[in-house]
Amino acid sequence: MSKFGKKKKPMPAVNTASLPDIVFMLLFFFMVTTVMRETDLKIENPKLPNATEVKKLEKKSYVSTIYVGKAKDKKFGTGDKIQLNDKIATADDVAAFIYNERSQKSEAEWGYMTTSIKADVQSSVGTISDIKLKLRDVNALKLSLSSRKVEEIKQ
Amino acid sequence: MARRETPEINAGSMADIAFLLLIFFLVTTTMDVDSGISKKLSEKPPKDYVPPVIKERNIFEVNINRNNELLVEGETMVLADLKDATLKFIDNGGGEGKMVDGVSTGNCDYCKGDRSIASSDHPNKAIISVQSDRGTEYGMYIKVQNELLRAYTELRNRLALDTYNTSFTELEKAYKKDLKNEKLKEKVNFIKLSYPQIISDAEPTSAN
Repeated sequence: MSKFGKKKKPMPAVNTASLPDIVFMLLFFFMVTTVMRETDLKIENPKLPNATEVKKLEKKSYVSTIYVGKAKDKKFGTGDKIQLNDKIATADDVAAFIYNERSQKSEAEWGYMTTSIKADVQSSVGTISDIKLKLRDVNALKLSLSSRKVEEIKQ
Repeated sequence: MARRETPEINAGSMADIAFLLLIFFLVTTTMDVDSGISKKLSEKPPKDYVPPVIKERNIFEVNINRNNELLVEGETMVLADLKDATLKFIDNGGGEGKMVDGVSTGNCDYCKGDRSIASSDHPNKAIISVQSDRGTEYGMYIKVQNELLRAYTELRNRLALDTYNTSFTELEKAYKKDLKNEKLKEKVNFIKLSYPQIISDAEPTSAN
């Protein structure tokens, strides 16, 4: 039984010399992948609808985003509000917004530009339809109705 | 000259600083990819544009009222049945397809529908018209669009499985990875042309 006798041996300390390296590696990874939101939301963070048949939007630089939802600031009233860049606007400003987005790209790239509408589930179709009509007027025909991908929809 | 030894910088706190930065970036980072239902808007018609006459049986009418209720082809329906009804309509194949370059595309030989004369002629003629009210909830509108797209996906997958032994979803994935592959491109386009997505959004009705 002497085999199982207690041998007093001090626990060796774990070598932590490489810990900073590991942390730095993670740090660089997150620094590179991080995308800071360039506009702060003036509307309440929209609760996106769920859908199964979604397509990923590639080429983020070609995407211009329009937010639709309720305004955070009560002075704008309670109905659906449209946010372009970083201010609350109306559907009439959509054309100017698209022209502005286009002016940052060359004319050859206009065909690739997509408009992504991030609208809250509770907003009304009328507002979205107004935006669509304005987009059609300026020939910005590629549209993506932003939704979250799910495997199945609960009815 | 007495050479003084430079004292070593204590790097013990470096890990702490790095941790602090790491946690900051961990919290601020968002890795979500923007995804959504893609739509192609129709071009603005010229002022004196006369819309072509389309046979009633080639139009599948979906109405959503402001209480988020569905009316499909004049009858109320629950959302759960919409996909199958749409699928049946598209896949009916009751007649000849549309004219491409002056030549008719003929009967739909890959359709497995009822071939009823009361429903659509050919998938490339079948138009789905969605009419909603201005007060309809956006979430419901997306749900309906999603169901319609699901019907198309199911049909495309079925056709791809029959012809190429892989589903259309897989086919598209493979093509996305290998965009220069002409064979894959041809296959994807064939399926897309066989079941083209023709969903038109009518201008919403208004309460007053």
